[in-house]
Amino acid sequence: MIREITIGQYYPVDSVLHRMDPRTKLFGTMVYIVSLFLADNVWGYAVAALLLAVVIRLSRVPVSFMVRGLKAILFLLLISVSFNLFLTDGEEIFRVGFLRVTWEGVRMAAFMAVRLIFLVMGSSVMTLTTTPNQLTDGLEKSLGFLKKVRVPVHEMAMIMSIALRFIPILVEETDKIMKAQMARGADFESGGLIQKAKSMVPLLVPLFISAFRRATDLAMAMEARCYHGGEGRTKMKPLRYARRDYTAYAVYAVYLGVIVLTKFV
Amino acid sequence: MAIRVEDLTFIYNEGTALEQRALDGVSFEIPDGQFVGLIGHTGSGKSTLIQHLNGLVKPTGGKIYYNGEDIYSEGYSLRQLRSKVGLVFQYPEHQLFEVDVISDVCYGPRNLGLPEDEVRQRAEDALRLVGMKEKYWEQSPFELSGGQKRRVAIAGVLAMNPEVLILDEPTAGLDPKGRDEILDQVEKLHNARGMTIILVSHSMEDMARYAERLLVMNHGKKAFDGTPREIFRHYKELEQMGLAAPQVTYVVHALRERGVDIDEDITTVEEARDALLEVLQRA
Ligand SMILES: Nc1ncnc2c1ncn2[C@@H]1O[C@H](COP(=O)(O)OP(=O)(O)OP(=O)(O)O)[C@@H](O)[C@H]1O
Ligand SMILES: [Mg+2]
Repeated sequence: MIREITIGQYYPVDSVLHRMDPRTKLFGTMVYIVSLFLADNVWGYAVAALLLAVVIRLSRVPVSFMVRGLKAILFLLLISVSFNLFLTDGEEIFRVGFLRVTWEGVRMAAFMAVRLIFLVMGSSVMTLTTTPNQLTDGLEKSLGFLKKVRVPVHEMAMIMSIALRFIPILVEETDKIMKAQMARGADFESGGLIQKAKSMVPLLVPLFISAFRRATDLAMAMEARCYHGGEGRTKMKPLRYARRDYTAYAVYAVYLGVIVLTKFV
Repeated sequence: MAIRVEDLTFIYNEGTALEQRALDGVSFEIPDGQFVGLIGHTGSGKSTLIQHLNGLVKPTGGKIYYNGEDIYSEGYSLRQLRSKVGLVFQYPEHQLFEVDVISDVCYGPRNLGLPEDEVRQRAEDALRLVGMKEKYWEQSPFELSGGQKRRVAIAGVLAMNPEVLILDEPTAGLDPKGRDEILDQVEKLHNARGMTIILVSHSMEDMARYAERLLVMNHGKKAFDGTPREIFRHYKELEQMGLAAPQVTYVVHALRERGVDIDEDITTVEEARDALLEVLQRA
């Protein structure tokens, strides 16, 4: 149940995408997100879908794994779809009470849903093929120029990589504590809203305590190994672009061009 | 016939690249009132196995019967099962959450829907049983030492009065005195109430001393099943699985190699002492 959150979880197989430089993937994700907002008709989304399909294929991560990540945004999806559906002006199809459904609304809602779904799946491709460490390495390097204006890029990257690293650990911990309380007769499913909220206390308290304990332990372990920020710190695996990365950048350029073209169809 | 496990298989993260076969065709039967030890190398599937026994994990394949009923059949109440099969997790102290010790122990019995005075009574009994003095009862469980937390957590399960008690390495990280105290209490429960005990431990000495029967797990499969004496006879195979026999068994074997006529199936220090005295008297 709780293990089904795939965002921030690396899927360890070997593929072109896994071997790609994290900067390339970061930039690619950005390009993809921008393209989703540039596209404004069926053709644009068709091209975006095609690219997504090809990339998912290349990543060798099972599609089912990627779709699972969508469950996390189901609620958001529902809200944004219904807002678009009911609150867009235009030619009316039918109305229920004060709620009007228009052609434009249906169109907007459909696009919104597609956009959100592609957005989440597109970023899942990145997080599933890139270890959190690579990801933050990529971020740190790409944003390195900000250090000149005294933005603590390294520290922020470190915070992020730790946060990402902790997600699966906390998920596992939640699972474990949940089981332990269920063994003591806890019931996390039945009851009304208040009952359910109450039943979460035996889960949340140990979870927070363990999160804080882990955090202090980690801080101590880092200090014991003389961690003192990014100053003068070298990398074990410095990032270097390979041929496939240049190819990828070329693909991005072509893709963006095509998306812009579809706007004039 | 209390617990019967048939051809149990469990795979973590099935259908992904992280697939991990933790249990592979395990079958056994545990009659009422037996004291069973469960041993196996790290990662051999012990914790996974015992989580199946009270329905916390759904098996990938195979069946589990409690008193003849399939626990995963439609309409079987897993909550009731959990009140009968008590499970103390590895490092159970991480499950404490209440403001004071006594309310934490009350959590389990209260979930059973018992009247409040009985809940309190059971909690107090359980705390006394694990040797927690009354002065600690109103303290926050987070202010206790690791070993004390462990006792409170064990009491939390005992307070539910289970018919079967499963303990996953209850003594890891305790001092020798605390270890013996807890295991002696468990043995007392076994003797006095006829409670079925399943104890997971890496201490072969404890196993030889307390268990009537040993189950040995190796890479998700059941490798041996028998009395400690029978099992420790295979100490060479055990060593290949990353296990061992009790120290004293090695001493006995070394003595035999030097021509001392002593029973080779000795597993505890007391037995060795008696046997040696006998040998000396004969000489
Ligand atoms: N939550 C999990 N997700 C994925 N794999 C797991 C999980 N828990 C255990 N495993 C794997 O299942 C196998 C059996 O683990 P299990 O915890 O049952 O071993 P164990 O015998 O209890 O070991 P130990 O003596 O260290 O407690 C191991 O290979 C482990 O890596
Ligand atoms: Mg274990």
